[in-house]
Amino acid sequence: MEITQALLAAQSPDGQIRTVAESNLKQFQEQNLPHFLLSLSAELANEQKPPESRRLAGILLKNSLDAKDSFRKEQLTKQWVAVDPAIKSQIKEALLTTLASPVSDARSTSSQVIAKVASIEIPRKEWQDLIGKLLANMTTKETPASLKQATLQSLGYVCEEISPSDLEQDQVNAVLTAVVQGMNQSEHGFEVRLAAVTALYNALDFAQTNFENEMERNYIMKVICETAVSKEPEIRQAAFECLVSIASIYYGLLEPYMQTLFNLTANAIRGDEEQVALQAIEFWSTVCDEEIAIQEECAGSDEGNSVLHFRFVEKALHVLVPVLLETLLKQEEDQDQEDGVWNLSMAGGTCLGLVACTVGDAVVPLVMPFVQANITKSEWRSHEAATFAFGSILEGPSVDKLAPMVHNGLDFLLSAMKDPSSHVRDTTAWTLSRIFEILHSPSSTIIDNSNLPKIMSVLLESIRDVPNVAEKVCGAIYFLAQGYEDAGPSSSVLTPYLGNIIAALLSTADRTDVSSNRLSSSAYETLNEIVRCSSIPENANMIAQLLHEILKRLGQTMEMEIVSSDDKERQSNLQALLCGVIQVIIQTLNGSESLPVILQSADQMMVMFLRVFACHSSTVHEEAMLAIGALAYTTGPEFAKYMPEFFRHLERGLQNFEEYQVCSISVGVVGDICRALDDKVLPYCDGIMSVLLKDLSNAVLHRSVKPPIFSCFGDIALAIGEHFEKYLPYVIPMLQGAAELSAQIECTDEDTEEYVNQLRRGIFEAYSGILQGFKSAKADLMLPYAGHLLQFTEAVFKDKNRDEGVTKAAVAMLGDLADALGPNLKLLFRDCTFHAEFLGECFQSDDDQLRETATWTQGMIRRVLVS
Amino acid sequence: MAPPPDHRRPIKRVAISDQQRRRELALRVQADRRSDAQNRARQLASSVLSLGPVTEVEPELEQEQEMSDASDQSGGRTELDPVRAASLRGPEVRRWFATQLMLPEWMVDVPPLLDSDWYVFPRPSGKRCFVVSSNGTTVSRLRNGSILHRFPSSLPNGARTKDVSGPSSSYSILDCIFHEADETYYVIDMVCWRGYSLYDCTAEFRFFWLNSKLSETGASDPPSQYHRYRFNVVQIYECNLIGLQAAYLGQVSYVKDGLLFYNKHAHYQAGNTPLALVWKDNVCSQYVLDTDNQGQIPSQQQVVLELQNDGSLTTSDDPPVALGCLSRDMIAQYGLRVGNLVRVEVRDDSVKLVDGKLDLGDLQLVGKPNRSRAFADTYSKVLFQYAARRAPLRIEDLVASIQSNPSVENSQALDIEMEG
Repeated sequence: MEITQALLAAQSPDGQIRTVAESNLKQFQEQNLPHFLLSLSAELANEQKPPESRRLAGILLKNSLDAKDSFRKEQLTKQWVAVDPAIKSQIKEALLTTLASPVSDARSTSSQVIAKVASIEIPRKEWQDLIGKLLANMTTKETPASLKQATLQSLGYVCEEISPSDLEQDQVNAVLTAVVQGMNQSEHGFEVRLAAVTALYNALDFAQTNFENEMERNYIMKVICETAVSKEPEIRQAAFECLVSIASIYYGLLEPYMQTLFNLTANAIRGDEEQVALQAIEFWSTVCDEEIAIQEECAGSDEGNSVLHFRFVEKALHVLVPVLLETLLKQEEDQDQEDGVWNLSMAGGTCLGLVACTVGDAVVPLVMPFVQANITKSEWRSHEAATFAFGSILEGPSVDKLAPMVHNGLDFLLSAMKDPSSHVRDTTAWTLSRIFEILHSPSSTIIDNSNLPKIMSVLLESIRDVPNVAEKVCGAIYFLAQGYEDAGPSSSVLTPYLGNIIAALLSTADRTDVSSNRLSSSAYETLNEIVRCSSIPENANMIAQLLHEILKRLGQTMEMEIVSSDDKERQSNLQALLCGVIQVIIQTLNGSESLPVILQSADQMMVMFLRVFACHSSTVHEEAMLAIGALAYTTGPEFAKYMPEFFRHLERGLQNFEEYQVCSISVGVVGDICRALDDKVLPYCDGIMSVLLKDLSNAVLHRSVKPPIFSCFGDIALAIGEHFEKYLPYVIPMLQGAAELSAQIECTDEDTEEYVNQLRRGIFEAYSGILQGFKSAKADLMLPYAGHLLQFTEAVFKDKNRDEGVTKAAVAMLGDLADALGPNLKLLFRDCTFHAEFLGECFQSDDDQLRETATWTQGMIRRVLVS
Repeated sequence: MAPPPDHRRPIKRVAISDQQRRRELALRVQADRRSDAQNRARQLASSVLSLGPVTEVEPELEQEQEMSDASDQSGGRTELDPVRAASLRGPEVRRWFATQLMLPEWMVDVPPLLDSDWYVFPRPSGKRCFVVSSNGTTVSRLRNGSILHRFPSSLPNGARTKDVSGPSSSYSILDCIFHEADETYYVIDMVCWRGYSLYDCTAEFRFFWLNSKLSETGASDPPSQYHRYRFNVVQIYECNLIGLQAAYLGQVSYVKDGLLFYNKHAHYQAGNTPLALVWKDNVCSQYVLDTDNQGQIPSQQQVVLELQNDGSLTTSDDPPVALGCLSRDMIAQYGLRVGNLVRVEVRDDSVKLVDGKLDLGDLQLVGKPNRSRAFADTYSKVLFQYAARRAPLRIEDLVASIQSNPSVENSQALDIEMEG
């Protein structure tokens, strides 16, 4: 096959030609992968070939080495490793040759492919001469600038792909030397220097040892600081990016440079081009991140400052805050139209918010004069900036400090909701929502009977403002309501307004003067919070009416005209929001006297949910699933009548391993259904169990779904009791395998730690359910595993990373084991004594539930021991 | 325009993320329900109240007979067994309940180590009952199993109010005395709390739990719409001289009916136990001597005993103690059947002590006891009542027993107070 022709044809504007070419290439790849890869690399390296075919050759090569999906990536890695070494070395030669190509596209593609090969080979201790070969390009006098640039790029990408432990220190030293030399202004032109500073950014992680050496550190910092004032803004921006990264990785080593860095960043924020100034602000935001993290860490330990805390933000406060306040005045005219817009004023406000979180009260006297001086000015920029500054510092300082100012300012803010400038109204509404979110709670007096009527009337009027303002108003209502959550009887304070709020939110959700579904989504989500906070039963009738209205709207979504994929997405989003509201209504009325409202509408709801499923051929609607789970629990055994129809959707949800959230929710719904139906779930268990077991052995399924599946085994076993016996031969090996796995996983980070805990909790919950289910009839089936269970529990007990959830589940399972197997375990319990120590630890806990569980387990074990 | 750096969230982006919140809440609710379901299966759970309403019928003699059969079978059982209870219906529920209270023996001797191993508290006068709260209602049941009140209360899940503190089906059981005068339940023991059994816990722990947990609820608040009766804890004392004095003479808000002594290390045990003791004299009780059916104190001691098939009359102890017998004529004359309870009069001249055991000899039938009576007297009660009419165990004997313990200090206090 003529590879050049195929590569060109694959980019043809003619769809038919393209399809044929693509399938030819695919066929080639499948039939002879090594040869395919070799041909691609030859194409990329060949200066006689057109740039277009070389480019695509490079991309295909890259895609044959790496994929986003980790399972696919693993497959690709295996394939590459299996390729004949002689062919691999030809390919790598071709790639290195291409770095010297006069065609910049080819150079750049090649450097990316080199990094992908390196990411596979260097950790396997292969291609050990790569770094040396690249560095040789840099040290040879006559190397053209284009090759140097491509080489630096390659070094940067390689550093990005591999981990610091994959390189020897002398290699790191050589890379850093080459990169830092590449930044030298007198020797190199723009492109080489930009490539060098970008490469340095990627190599910073590798420079641990070099940063710990004062001389080397001083040198690197000096070069970066010089680069931060280069004449080209792209290079200045890249230099500040390096400084941002250094602030995060090497916070503890920054002190000697802070004065210089402060001057550099302040100048950049004040006067440099926006892209540079944004990075300079980001430097301070990052310093705040670090100091907030240090303060949180210190707050949790009694050992005081175990981590060095230099209080850079506090020390720079008097000069930093004015610099940031200036940025607030640099708004853009259309900045409120887009969500998450990023410009000087937004970055400055965000940084100011972080400063407030870092230093607390100290920020207030530095910001308030700016607020007072500007908030009454009629010019919108001043008024908006003052409001934004005030809103930004509401989190961090103490309530005592803020409450008087908020009290005095609230009336002014409410009247500003009628300001002619929509910028001002937007920021004012946002500030109100921040006030309610952070400072309003049942115990605070920010809102009382004297100002609530005014607040409500302003909010209900402003919700009709332009969409971006209306969205912020929804946020304000959301947090206003949330402040009354858990307030007990005082949540009925909102009762007089409830009708109007609900009506306003429903009509806001219907607005057509919008460019996205953000407003309608905010309106429905706010409605959820209103439902949660409405006190039942006094508002039960209103909630019942709302339920009918929402069901009606859900019905209308089925009539929507669906032409494009956008229509489809709009329908799907709307259905998700409406199902969300229904779910919240069910949860809220559940357990109250108003439960009949739900039961009366159960049929209608279920019909709607099934129609929602029917609208979406491939995916099962997550929100509908959640709502069904809530409904199942509420209706109890009655839910059995929906099962024949619902089951296939449930099964599909459980099989949806691509969208793991859907799968995860579906697993939870199985639990709800087990508790609703008890042994009536039996006819569906074969189906459910086989999908769940398949899910567990599925390498692609997101790991977070697996622990809940184990817990779900417990739910099923508890519901069907002795009938679970037939699944035991499959389930026990899975549980034992998972227990073993949980002991082998190395906890290098918090996520992994948490995962191991979740996994173990799931395992314990599974055993608890099985033991309880078998207790009256088949307990002896579990006898052979009792020893393993005690060993596993002991291992978990000794794990210092064990969290409280695992502790609870483990202690409860110990009790279940003693309860179910009784005197059979007398010797086992007598021989392994850790349980006494374990229970002793639980009795020291602050958690009532844990102490109570431990008390019960102690009783169960004692009963075994005296039997 | 450049987007913000990956991890940087613009401060002005509205922070509502209700979907994640819904997801988390749903997961939390599911987790709660799972632990609820598992706890229920942990036999600590709800069947006690899900037994359904029981029609208020005074137990017939017929039923009493079965009831005592049931109590015979229950010999080895020490713990409330809801699984068994769940299968019970109607009158069976009452019978089942009737066997669940821990019943103190009467103190006929002072137990050793009274001051170090025992608690003492003044027993409120009134109706002993179980109070069970679950699923939004509270029910109190008398010793014979019949319902005293069904009402809303601030106990956990004791009323249909928005209670966020736990699954609504988890239940709590308190051992109480209902004091008519101030319409208050005085809690003397805690058997289950929020679904967790305290059977296997020591009295020391149960009292600690009772005091700390009850105060977390509003159960001791004055009555209100969702809280019909007040629940008060009884002040419990270490049984040293000071504690005994306080329990014996101290002012309380209720009418005292004797003193209760609880062994600190004893678990809650259904039925009669020597690890809880009751003692009375005329200072701390109006009811030292038993009354007859008319509420009068008879001139001769009367006891209620159960007829066995050999004609002997036995106590309700486990195993039963035979105290005397009834002639066949008498049985025939009154149409008595095995298991019936009878009220008999103790005649001084026929009472013998055989091997340290009381034998009442020939007994004079007075009649059948009150129909609500479910049990015969216990041996310790008969003995206490017998002694009370002749040589009662006096408060001085209790004091002396404590004083004889060398570890006791401050031994004068009680004597002095008692002079006055």
